[in-house]
Amino acid sequence: MEVKGKQANGKQGVLKRIAGPVVTAVNLDAHMYDVVKVGKEELMGEVIKIQGEHIIIQVYEDTSGIRPGEPVSNTGLSLAVELGPGLLTSIYDGIQRPLSVLVDKMGNFIERGVSAPGLSHTKKWTFKPLVKTGDKVEPGAILGEVQETNIVHKVMLPPNAKAGVVKTIKSGDFTVDETICVLDDGREFPMIQRWPVRVPRPVKEKLNPTIPLITGQRILDGLFPIAKGGTAAIPGPFGSGKTVTQQQLAKWSDAEIVVYIGCGERGNEMTEVLTEFPHLEDPKSGKPLMERTVLIANTSNMPVAAREASVYTGITIAEYFRDMGYDVSLMADSTSRWAEAMREISSRLEEMPGEEGYPAYLAARLSEFYERAGLVKALNGNGGSVSVIGAVSPPGGDFSEPVTQNTLRIVKVFWALDAKLSQRRHFPAINWLNSYSLYLEALQDYYDKEVSPEWNKIRSWAMEVLQKEAELQEIVQLVGSDALPESEQVTIEVARMIREIFLQQNAYDSVDTFCDMTKQYDMMKAIKLFADLAYAAQLAGVSPAQINTVKSKNELPQIKFIKDYKPELAKIEKQMDAEFNTLRSAA
Amino acid sequence: MKEYRTINKIAGPLVFVEKTEPVAYGELVNIVLFDGTIKRGQVLDTSDELVVVQIFETTTGIGRDSGVRFTGETIKMPVGKDMLGRILSGGGKPIDGGPEIVPEKRLDITGAAINPYARGMPADFIQTGISTIDGTNTLVRGQKLPIFSGAGLPHNNVALQIARQAKVPGSTESFAVVFAAMGITKEEANYFMQDFERTGALEHAVVFLNLADDPAVERIITPRLALTTAEYLAFELGMHVLVILTDMTNYCEALRQIGAAREEVPGRRGYPGYMYTDLACIYERAGMIKGQKGSVTQIPILTMPGDDITHPIPDLTGYITEGQIVVNRDLHRKGIYPPINVLPSLSRLMNLGIGNGKTRDDHKKVSDQMYAGYAEGNDLRGLVAIVGKDALSERDRLLLEFADLFENRFVRQGYDEDRTIEDTLTIGWELLSTLPVEQLTRIDRDLINKYHPKIKAGAKKE
Repeated sequence: MEVKGKQANGKQGVLKRIAGPVVTAVNLDAHMYDVVKVGKEELMGEVIKIQGEHIIIQVYEDTSGIRPGEPVSNTGLSLAVELGPGLLTSIYDGIQRPLSVLVDKMGNFIERGVSAPGLSHTKKWTFKPLVKTGDKVEPGAILGEVQETNIVHKVMLPPNAKAGVVKTIKSGDFTVDETICVLDDGREFPMIQRWPVRVPRPVKEKLNPTIPLITGQRILDGLFPIAKGGTAAIPGPFGSGKTVTQQQLAKWSDAEIVVYIGCGERGNEMTEVLTEFPHLEDPKSGKPLMERTVLIANTSNMPVAAREASVYTGITIAEYFRDMGYDVSLMADSTSRWAEAMREISSRLEEMPGEEGYPAYLAARLSEFYERAGLVKALNGNGGSVSVIGAVSPPGGDFSEPVTQNTLRIVKVFWALDAKLSQRRHFPAINWLNSYSLYLEALQDYYDKEVSPEWNKIRSWAMEVLQKEAELQEIVQLVGSDALPESEQVTIEVARMIREIFLQQNAYDSVDTFCDMTKQYDMMKAIKLFADLAYAAQLAGVSPAQINTVKSKNELPQIKFIKDYKPELAKIEKQMDAEFNTLRSAA
Repeated sequence: MKEYRTINKIAGPLVFVEKTEPVAYGELVNIVLFDGTIKRGQVLDTSDELVVVQIFETTTGIGRDSGVRFTGETIKMPVGKDMLGRILSGGGKPIDGGPEIVPEKRLDITGAAINPYARGMPADFIQTGISTIDGTNTLVRGQKLPIFSGAGLPHNNVALQIARQAKVPGSTESFAVVFAAMGITKEEANYFMQDFERTGALEHAVVFLNLADDPAVERIITPRLALTTAEYLAFELGMHVLVILTDMTNYCEALRQIGAAREEVPGRRGYPGYMYTDLACIYERAGMIKGQKGSVTQIPILTMPGDDITHPIPDLTGYITEGQIVVNRDLHRKGIYPPINVLPSLSRLMNLGIGNGKTRDDHKKVSDQMYAGYAEGNDLRGLVAIVGKDALSERDRLLLEFADLFENRFVRQGYDEDRTIEDTLTIGWELLSTLPVEQLTRIDRDLINKYHPKIKAGAKKE
């Protein structure tokens, strides 16, 4: 294997101490983060600390029944994932064992001591070469391709392989282990490559993001967009809709590949994803969403060390597809559970704790992880991106806790979930006053060109109205809405329309679940039309009570649920115009 | 079996034993007192020099002269079909005067995680007969839905009412109740037992009782015994099992007690940093398995210290369970039973279990509309206190009345009142019809025309 030059000497160590997922071995030659096999059952573990004679290992499986004196052997390899055709549509645990294979090997419950390779080593894939004999290939070069699902899988020279000249390149059906390319210095390459999960895959250059990741969610695309290659955090107390938002992004975001990490979350939720995704269609390709998806499910009751690894497994797979030139979006639900796994391991190591018992290196680990996102020029010159969207589960919904705070210092987009909104079933329960996106400026050109030159203006207008409403609501709380000046009563009504029509979106409605940019623009424009007419009417002497009788505005919410909405919307706008005309002439 | 007399330190529930043969992590340990009494414990940390044993009972009587026997196996529990109708201690011993359990199998009590790939998708609506649950926070088979309550609130009655009334409409499959009490008083336990006997529920129930004066450490294994039993009944015998765990707060206190004795670095409010994982290993033992008949549905009950939902116990629970039912003190003071506040309550799996063919096509939308109305009406109560009712607009006045009606008609019901889902939705429509039709923005026109009582009545007249 190419991953590491270092040799394991094959000498067996001996277990000395077992305390939960952390065990100590002696007599073992080991380097940091080497993968070791622990005990007679050969449980998988990883070296996380070396203290004189004592090698401290975190074990990815339950350690009950293991005794001191049992053997430990070093594989000499770092924790690595297998990359190659067969990744898509897979569902893995935190250390890339396919869960479907585990069911076949050990039944419905997760037992231990079973290893399962990440990719099928028997399945044959049709390989089509894209280089020919005599071509010079650099690290990361694309050698050929495989039609994996509806996605074309590019087979690349590993990034850490030296450049060379192609001697033979094959064509036809191969397993991932069979050699498909030989270079003139005799090195042979199969389709599979292994990459250590804790090391970012190298790129030629990191670029600044300029294109939004379109998610079809109005509050996200419209008000707080994330760029392709950007980072976002969704913190929120339980029940505020983190998981639904993450799943909506996994379903509808216009990335070409989606990696979804269920890190320490609910088993039933993963089942929901598993049952639902194969039946949902990608709005662009019309193919099942599952065909572009890799799932990683390490539920809350699965071993905690594997939970710690799951996030790295996921991002490495995402980087691999990025190197092929794809836009990848990665959802991690939830990074707090990952941080807790770090805390648990750290406390078993009896390390000096930082804030709230989290290890002092929490901030460093979080920033290392988010920094693996980005819009890049890959080694082979392809442009690709990894967008990372991390859910955060702050205890008690308190955003001042360490995981939220350390995350906010890194990410560029903040979608603040609000329990108050979810309690009144305002979904997505993203607070429009606290959330922000630092990509707005970088994306302006895109919106000007692709949506409308008016878009940026109308967005600022909507934000202003919402901001104004928040101020007015404070007064209303004290004196009631009738005490406000008439123009401000109109503002309150317009803000209500923005909230209820534009911001609220029903994830469970077959049409409303995805709303493209044109429709978002049209909807906002219709609300703006109402606002303009209403302010004009109010100046002409029409009272707010009369304005509220305008029937066409009650029709507007129905637009959300109509697929081919344009004729209906035009009708409503026309009616609105007419109604206001009547009101004005009566005044 | 070899017996060691090398105890070197005893601290709280922990016993430190020196110089043993290799002992397995998690092994069951028997400690023999001078009078022959046996106390049970489990290995928490093992090395050549020192083994740390956590005792499940009181450490009274254990001394440096006590003998330590390592059994060579992890804690297993005998399970069998004749457990139904039995009452066991929190440690799994029969306390109803009946014979020992005839084991058909011996199962590891920690249980293994269900492979997410093997899980079946929960989809069967469970009718509890309580409107605030069925109508707005629906329970489905395989779900874990806790009751968040406070000291002195009638959560036990709610739990009993659910246990008594829960059924899947139209289904005749066999079901069972597993009831695990942790640290509740004898009086409360009697109350539960009497109700079980009164209604004949005991016949198909297994009861585990760890009372307030039983050793706190035993509480750590009580829910695990209960869930092992439940999994056996569900996945080996194909029954639909409802597990009630009360009170999880006592469980977490016991967890903290052990953590402190082990001198661990504490997390929030002194609870151990691994409490999330520990609780998850209990709560996640609910669900269904693809292609198998049975199911495990969990209703854990916990009392929120100081009614504070952000306290670590309800907080971590809420992050693991699929929603929560919140029992509220204000409603209780108003004399409303069951005092369930729907606003902070939630059932995450509701959408899987309702709708056409399961309950009714209008269920989701009626629920959403009532939520929106009640939330807004409830907010207005604050405003009324300041500006008075007269200053309200007509729209606001109607919403305010809606909130009152909601509490009195929809939330309030009798302890023995078993409402069908149709009853619940009918009441819902009755309440919604007090609002102007234009205000029902969350319900499609078609459904309004189909179910709105005033429109239906109007249509008949024509």
